[in-house]
Amino acid sequence: MTNTTSSKPLSSWQQAWQSDLAWKFRHSPIAVVSLVITVLLVLSAVFAPLVAPYNPFDPGSLNLMNGFTAPLTPNAFTGDEFLLGTDDQGRDVFSTILYGMRISLFVGFAAVTLGLLIGVTLGLIAGYFGGWIDAVIMRIADVQLTFPSILVAMLIFGVAKGFTPVEYRDEVAIWVLVIAIGLSDWVQFARVVRGATLVEVNKEYVQAAKLIGRSAWSIIFGHILRNVLSPVLVIATISLALAIIAEATLSFLGAGAPPTQPSLGTLIRVGQGFLFSGEWWILLFPSVTLLSLALAVNLLGDWLRDALNPKLK
Amino acid sequence: MGLLERPGYVAGGEISFKSELTSGLDADAMRKLRGKKISMIFQDPLTSLNPLLTVGAQLTETIVAHLKMSQADARERARDLLDRVGITDAEARLDQYPHQFSGGMRQRVVIALALCSEPDVIIADEPTTALDVAVQAQILDLIKELTVERQVGVILITHDMGVISDTTDRVTVMYMGEVVESGPTLQVMGKPQHEYTKSLIAAVPRPQVKLKRFSQISYGGRETRFAIEDLSRNWPEYSNQPGKPLLSVSNLKKRFPISRSIIPGRTKWLTVVDDVSFDIMPGEVFGVVGESGSGKSTLARVISGLHDLDDGKVMFDGNVVNDPSDREAQDRFRREIQMIFQDPFSSLNPRMRVMDIIAEPIRHHKLLVGGNIKQRVDELLDQVGLGTSAAAKFPHEFSGGQRQRISIARALATQPRFLICDEPTSALDVSIQAQILNILKDLQEYLGLTMLFISHDMPVVRQMCDRVAVMRGGKLLEVQKTDDLFENPQTAYTRELLDLMPHLDGLSQEGLELQ
Repeated sequence: MTNTTSSKPLSSWQQAWQSDLAWKFRHSPIAVVSLVITVLLVLSAVFAPLVAPYNPFDPGSLNLMNGFTAPLTPNAFTGDEFLLGTDDQGRDVFSTILYGMRISLFVGFAAVTLGLLIGVTLGLIAGYFGGWIDAVIMRIADVQLTFPSILVAMLIFGVAKGFTPVEYRDEVAIWVLVIAIGLSDWVQFARVVRGATLVEVNKEYVQAAKLIGRSAWSIIFGHILRNVLSPVLVIATISLALAIIAEATLSFLGAGAPPTQPSLGTLIRVGQGFLFSGEWWILLFPSVTLLSLALAVNLLGDWLRDALNPKLK
Repeated sequence: MGLLERPGYVAGGEISFKSELTSGLDADAMRKLRGKKISMIFQDPLTSLNPLLTVGAQLTETIVAHLKMSQADARERARDLLDRVGITDAEARLDQYPHQFSGGMRQRVVIALALCSEPDVIIADEPTTALDVAVQAQILDLIKELTVERQVGVILITHDMGVISDTTDRVTVMYMGEVVESGPTLQVMGKPQHEYTKSLIAAVPRPQVKLKRFSQISYGGRETRFAIEDLSRNWPEYSNQPGKPLLSVSNLKKRFPISRSIIPGRTKWLTVVDDVSFDIMPGEVFGVVGESGSGKSTLARVISGLHDLDDGKVMFDGNVVNDPSDREAQDRFRREIQMIFQDPFSSLNPRMRVMDIIAEPIRHHKLLVGGNIKQRVDELLDQVGLGTSAAAKFPHEFSGGQRQRISIARALATQPRFLICDEPTSALDVSIQAQILNILKDLQEYLGLTMLFISHDMPVVRQMCDRVAVMRGGKLLEVQKTDDLFENPQTAYTRELLDLMPHLDGLSQEGLELQ
């Protein structure tokens, strides 16, 4: 029997609002705060050109005289005031953070999407077909897991850099970063999806689809995929936080975003040079931004994992 | 038992045990009563024993706790108890872990555990539901013997009418939390007074007589109308060759590897289906019975093409089934043979709407296009009695019986000639079972569908099948007309199976449509 408590048909928005997940969300302060912070940061990054008071990459708006202005203190020469101060070249730190976050978030999202596509596909194939296909895919995954992922990413980055002509390096750097982080990330998706697929394959609805005559591919992508997605969502969220950190790490080490397109990691690298000469704000504010972003996304992922886990109900 | 967890609470009323109220007792006194005077046998023998302790340790622990005796004496007593519940070689068995026991054996251990404290009352909550028929009969016999021998009262909770009429002295019928009828078992079963009891009893499949249809449960607005006869309007006429079988299985063999080895000779195999041959005529319902592990489900999966066969041949309508070289025949085969599965909870994709589930075979075989698909799905839903509003819902919004009807609608979507039913009602309640069996009977009557009907439930087989094959250990023991099999079984094993059936002689005959 269906348990329809209300007589009126609900709109899909109302249905979503009344679902278990939404209820749990509304009753978890950590989740609400994390989501608010994440959305705020993502929106301000996406709309950086509208939000930021200056365009830090427009040489015309830069004034070297404004260099090293402390936060909320008028510059000694020009009298200009900056919310979070300026760096050595007189760029507004607040604006560079917004623009830097764009790069960080873009690399994070793109890398996770890449890792997800590869991992989910290979996991489904390994779980569905089994046998030697499964063995080959999972052994490759195991081998990759024995190396720290940042090392794998640096390796891919280094190899790719060696193969690109010097004049294109800065242009493709971002994409190389995406591929490097994405390829170091697929293993997690593949393992989880393979496990879930092994369970689903033995269910009778898969046999029913086989009896109808559906091909292996339409069973994998039409039937099984939608049943293994909820753990994927959890991993994707946590991976996003990790990918943002990985990007920052690579950029900090100099193996990432070029100075012409600085990400949060690049900003932190630049900032650390000024830490002991008194210009603390150049390092502090990008670091705090990175921390809040990664923490908020991570907490969101943690909450999602608990909320979707039937064993913790 | 005082095991009810919050937010559940006792809303009112009182329970007295030996003329003493239990409701006023505090947790401590209740704990003494529970276990010492009242013990319980749970439904699932797989989870009611601690897997990490030996059986002996669990028994002696309980005995020491309740009877205050030394470890050695307790062990002695535990051995006697195991012996009493019919476990051979009890001394050695004491040191084994639960996973080394079969399901029936475990339930015996659970009963021994319940007897440890020499209770006055045992509450048995569906003690045999998870067990095979043969094992079920043994366990019920054991419970009956023990009640006489030890003078214990047993409260047996079950949905199985056969178990009730075979085992109990008095019975209480409950519906939606209320007692509707109560009295001596023979009287309630033979002359039910309440409408709900009547409808329940009428839905029980009888082993003695074949019914035309089961009478519909008409109590409490649970009646469901379905209209299979409407399907026959645009059902294709299949031209059957007269006198020739529609499905013919010859010398079928299927084995599974139990331990693999790279060296081909060293792989160990388990033969699950061994040299099985039979023919099914057009329009016939062919039953396969046997206990679990007899290979009947594997047989169905090989015939349907879900498993490859190792040896032998399956012919359908004159063509070899699953011949990869003949794509057209394979396609036709996929359309004309459909299957209804045992478990209505796993046979529907939980993330697909009912509309898409039923439309999938139609779309795949390109039987209809565009809006006609929606129309056909709506018709099918109407015909199995679910109504068109079901199309937009997900499977979890339906009960087990309703899901099984969705399964049937999906199977009918391709307008098949041959339907394989693998224990289609063993996961369902008796009244829902009657509904599903009625639909299947209608399919035979109005559409002339040929069926392979697999079941372990002899009375159900009697109701459904024209001919029956008995399987054991992968081999076919005998194939007979249903009536002959029941009246005059040829093998000892068949006789044994028939003896294990609950005896439903005392059941009311009211409302039965005999054939």
